[in-house]
Amino acid sequence: MPKTIPHYFDELRATRVWRSIFRGGTGSSTLRRSMAIQQNVFLHLFSTKVRRRMVSFSATWYLGTLTLGTFLILVTTGIFLMLYYHPSVPQAYADTKDLEFVVSSGMFLRNLHRWSAHAMVFLVFAHMFKVFYRGAYRPPREFNWVIGVILLIITLLLSYTGYLLPWDQLAYWAITVGSNIASAVPVLGNKVHFLMLGGNQVNANALLRFYVLHCMILPLTAIFFIAVHFWRIRKDGGLYAHQSEPKSLAGRAAAAGKVMP
Amino acid sequence: MQDDTNHDQKAVSHGFTSEVSRREFFVKLGLGSLAIAGAGTAVFAYQFLSPNVLFEPSPIINAGKPESYPLDSVTLDVNSGIYLVHSQEGFFSLSAVCTHLGCLTAWKPELGMIACPCHGSKFKQDGEKIEGPAPKALPWLKTWVSDDGDLMVDRSTTVRPLEFVRV
Repeated sequence: MPKTIPHYFDELRATRVWRSIFRGGTGSSTLRRSMAIQQNVFLHLFSTKVRRRMVSFSATWYLGTLTLGTFLILVTTGIFLMLYYHPSVPQAYADTKDLEFVVSSGMFLRNLHRWSAHAMVFLVFAHMFKVFYRGAYRPPREFNWVIGVILLIITLLLSYTGYLLPWDQLAYWAITVGSNIASAVPVLGNKVHFLMLGGNQVNANALLRFYVLHCMILPLTAIFFIAVHFWRIRKDGGLYAHQSEPKSLAGRAAAAGKVMP
Repeated sequence: MQDDTNHDQKAVSHGFTSEVSRREFFVKLGLGSLAIAGAGTAVFAYQFLSPNVLFEPSPIINAGKPESYPLDSVTLDVNSGIYLVHSQEGFFSLSAVCTHLGCLTAWKPELGMIACPCHGSKFKQDGEKIEGPAPKALPWLKTWVSDDGDLMVDRSTTVRPLEFVRV
C-alpha cells in the first residue's frame, strides 16, 4: 500500500529529533493540541483554544495581525538596508541613492520598507478605530489599550526617526522643524532638543542618534510591547470577552430574557 | 497584650531603640541605596548623552568687505543662516532662522519682505513680524567691523533692534 503525504508527516512527528524539539507528542486529542500550543515559546502567547467566530475575518478584519505583518516586513527589509547604509553625513545621501540605482533589488527593498512603514501607521490607526468603535478597550482589556497607545507612539517615533536617514532636504528640514517642536516643552525644552540631536543643530550626531534609535532601541522596545500586547489578549479572555459588554446593556438584556448577540 | 509589652519596652529603652525592626531597617537601607544608585545612574546617563565637544561651525562669521553689499540690499548667506542688510541707516544683520520652527527664511525682493517657506511667516526687512505663525521678530545679531575692515557677525549674540553699524 503506497504511503500518503500525511503518513510521512506522522512518521516525521514520531522521530526522536522531532519529539526532542516539540514535546507535545503525537495524536490529535484536545490535550495534545492544547499542549502543542502551550509548550511552544511563540504560540504560548495565544489561547490554546479559540472559537471559530473569534478568528473570522469580520471579528477583527485582521487589522492587528496585518500590523504585525507590516512590522515583520519592516524588520526584514530594514536589516537588508542596513547592509548598504552608512549613518554618516558624507555617505548617508549617496548610500540612499545607491540603494535606489546601483544595488540589485535595492529599490525594491527600499520601497517595500517605505510603503510598509506608511501601511503600518495606517493599519495601527485602523486597528485602534476598530477597537474603539467595537468597545473592545473596556474592562478587562483597558490595560491592553494602554499598551496599544504605547505601541502607537513607538510606531510614530519609528517613522519620525526613519525620516531623517536619507539625509535629503526633506529629511533635514522635517527633523529641524520636529526637533524645534520638542524645544517648546516648558523649562526642559532646550535640554530635550540638545539631547535629542546631540548638539544644537541637525548634524552628524543627530544622524547617528536617530539611526541607533531607528535600528536598535525603538524596534526592541516595540518587540517587547508587542509580546506583552499579544500575551494580554489571551489573559484578558480572547478577542471577544463578554465582560466587555456595558453592564447596563447586559443587565437589561438579561431582564428581558434576551440573549446578547 | 502585645500592645502592653510594646508599651513597656518603649518606656524602658526610650531613646536607644527606635520602633523600626531590624528587617524594616535593612529593607529601608536597601531601598535607599537603590534610590541613590538610581539617581546616580540618571545623572550619569544625562552626562553621557550630552556631548562635551561639538563639531559645529563657529558662531562668528566673517561677512567680508562692507563695499560688497550695495545700498538698500538684503543678502542671505545660506550656509550661516544670516541676512546682511545695508540700509540707509547703516549695516545690520538678522538671523535668517524662522522663530517659529527653525526653517531657513528667504528674502523676497519683489514683495520687499522676508518669508518662510515652511509655514508662511512673514517679516519686514528689519526683522519685525508681519504675519505668524512665528511668535517673535527675527533677532538682530551682534555685528561689528574687524580691524581688517571686514564685517563680522556673532550668531550667538543678539542685540536690540535698530543698532546699526556705520562704516
